[in-house]
Amino acid sequence: MASTIRVRAVASGDTTEVQALVQHPMDSGFVKDAKGQLIPPHYIEVMEFQHGGKTVFTAFWGPAVAKDPYIKFSFKGAHKGDDLTISWVDNKGQSDSLVGKIL
Amino acid sequence: MNNNNPSKQTRSRRDRPGQTRRTVIQGALAGGLAGLAGVVPLRRARAAADASKWPKDAFSQKKEADAIKALYGKTPEASDKVSLDAPEIAENGAVVPISVSTTLPDVTSIAIIVSENPFPLAASYPIPAGTAPMVANRLKMAKTSKVTALVESGGKVFSASKEVKVTVGGCGG
Repeated sequence: MASTIRVRAVASGDTTEVQALVQHPMDSGFVKDAKGQLIPPHYIEVMEFQHGGKTVFTAFWGPAVAKDPYIKFSFKGAHKGDDLTISWVDNKGQSDSLVGKIL
Repeated sequence: MNNNNPSKQTRSRRDRPGQTRRTVIQGALAGGLAGLAGVVPLRRARAAADASKWPKDAFSQKKEADAIKALYGKTPEASDKVSLDAPEIAENGAVVPISVSTTLPDVTSIAIIVSENPFPLAASYPIPAGTAPMVANRLKMAKTSKVTALVESGGKVFSASKEVKVTVGGCGG
């Protein structure tokens, strides 16, 4: 099974630009299904990016983040070929992680 | 998306026999079990994001002002150094691209508030040193609303707001 996380991190000089996409329903808890039942909230609460044992970016998300969340940020100090560890955990305790290479 | 569950279950099922085997071996030695209990959660903590840091209080506030208070404990002041990039009109409230950047120094966090959403606080991003004070993401908007970017810089909170018109809501049923 492929990871739920897709990442593209490109180092250019001292700065690394990271773009990540996670497959997740991000149900807000306000939307009803076809039968008129409320779909319970199910969303990612925390997403973390680590490089060289240091957390370089943290996202705290609420149910208002769109389905299949996208995030873009950049940080300094990484080099081409370095590992970038990405992990998320949602309100149901499910989680996933991925180690990506910086291009 | 539900496809993840089987794989995760398989993984955890695969882990368990390993643990049992080790437990049996180490259990033979006094204190072996305690050692194992210390090792396993550590390894898990490293692999997964830490949900305990999530600011639950701020995310559960139903009023914009309360959410800001819960998150920062102070009142933001408007600043033209905070730049909020959001569309004038969002055709689909379910996916509204919003990005925030700032020229302020010593930025320690960025947050985005959608005033008319059931829970106004949409996202909060702590910014560690070495990370650029810029973030782009996609949010859901229930209806036309003021969107506010908050930037914490040097212990103060600055903001920039913009009205985003939504033609189709993203949170309604």
